[in-house]
Amino acid sequence: MIHFVVHEEGDGVGVVVVEGVRAGQHLAGWIMEENRDVEVVAKNDIPIGHKLALRDYRDGDTIIKYGVDIGRVLKPIAKGEHVHVHNLKTKRW
Amino acid sequence: MDLSKASFWGYRRENGRIGVRNHVIILPVDDLSNAAAQAVENNIKGTLALAHPYGRLQFGADLELHFRTLIGTGANPNVAAVVVIGIEDGWAQRVADGIAKTGKRVSYFGIEGHGDLETVKRASQVAKEYVQWASELRREERPLKDLWVSTKCGESDTTSGIGANPCVGNAFDKLYPHGVTLVFGETTELTGGEHLVAARCRNDAVRKKFQAMFDRYQEVINRHKTSDLSESQPTKGNIAGGLTTIEEKALGNIQKIGRKCLVDGVLDKAEMPTGPGLWFMDSSSAAAEMVTLCAASGYVVHFFPTGQCNVIGNPILPVIKICANPRTVRLMADHIDVDVSGITRRELNMDQAGDKLLECMFRTANGRLTAAEALGHREFVLTRLYESA
Repeated sequence: MIHFVVHEEGDGVGVVVVEGVRAGQHLAGWIMEENRDVEVVAKNDIPIGHKLALRDYRDGDTIIKYGVDIGRVLKPIAKGEHVHVHNLKTKRW
Repeated sequence: MDLSKASFWGYRRENGRIGVRNHVIILPVDDLSNAAAQAVENNIKGTLALAHPYGRLQFGADLELHFRTLIGTGANPNVAAVVVIGIEDGWAQRVADGIAKTGKRVSYFGIEGHGDLETVKRASQVAKEYVQWASELRREERPLKDLWVSTKCGESDTTSGIGANPCVGNAFDKLYPHGVTLVFGETTELTGGEHLVAARCRNDAVRKKFQAMFDRYQEVINRHKTSDLSESQPTKGNIAGGLTTIEEKALGNIQKIGRKCLVDGVLDKAEMPTGPGLWFMDSSSAAAEMVTLCAASGYVVHFFPTGQCNVIGNPILPVIKICANPRTVRLMADHIDVDVSGITRRELNMDQAGDKLLECMFRTANGRLTAAEALGHREFVLTRLYESA
């Protein structure tokens, strides 16, 4: 069973694709492009479709998804933490 | 899926284009003519009135776009015949003359000097003739290259970029070598991934035009924005679904053009492409506006990948909904035509997902109603460029 999906090797976030992920849960991930498995422990409850960090981030870091810059980190994020509008912001507009 | 001998059953129109629907539409030129158009629709079964709120005191490029959209809609091969109604004769005739260039049956009526009741009576008589004539038209088998397919996604979430959008991309990559005419757009929704689209342009001339359209739209955003556009682009629905930034949304969006096909040319809004291949149309990312423009450009089938499930349809263009979100396909199954949520469970690969969409495309082209058609979604939304005079 897969709990989250990563687009490609090198991406810093995965997308939860099941409902009901809870903090502390061991999650099985699938890196689509390379067809490789990866594991992470969730640090928060994370809704389906939302992202979790695959590594630690510092304030001001860039997050990569699809191999491309998707925005700037607003405050430190730990591996396994929920990544969304509270800690990631666009660099455009 | 081997598409080398693929065909579909469509209606051959007077200008040689092939439609997959056989609508007789009642087309108001302006907001004032909606009541009469809807009265005709009510009188004559099998007609479709395309009510909208615009068409008065527009000018310049905005007025040109209004006419181009109405004429393009009437000219679309999914339409068999058209009754145009305007508050006065002049602009009604202008729209009718534009549609008549396709050779299809079209009549126009001005309300001034007659009133609604007399106009409805005369227009209904013509509409009845058109419907009875159109009801005897028969589909004929046509090669795949005669199909024009558009795409635009809506209420996207992260599963759109994982499954539904790359599923469309896979289908586009399979259709492209067979001379199908394809289009995508959503200019601001490429923000953060515009370099990827530029890199896919066939040559420098196309790339330069694309970049100019992209830059112009960014200037519109920068001129009018009061915030970082969070809640507008991405929408609140996008954010609820897990998308955080415009860059993330754009990179998911761009999956729709697949990995192989090149961007062969660019189109202005509601402009008709001049040959097969993949076209980029400068357009709003609002679903109903963009799909209305696709219909006005002559496209006859639409791929609409969604995450949270935008329920949009179009009066004349069948909109096929593709979804990879396991929760959405459970809660909103009524609206989904192609469930590709198996991708998120590693049960369905992208090649299989693309084939599943193409199978639905052929069935839809051959006459099967989409979920949006069955549910009566007929959103007809005209794009405005600026204020009326």
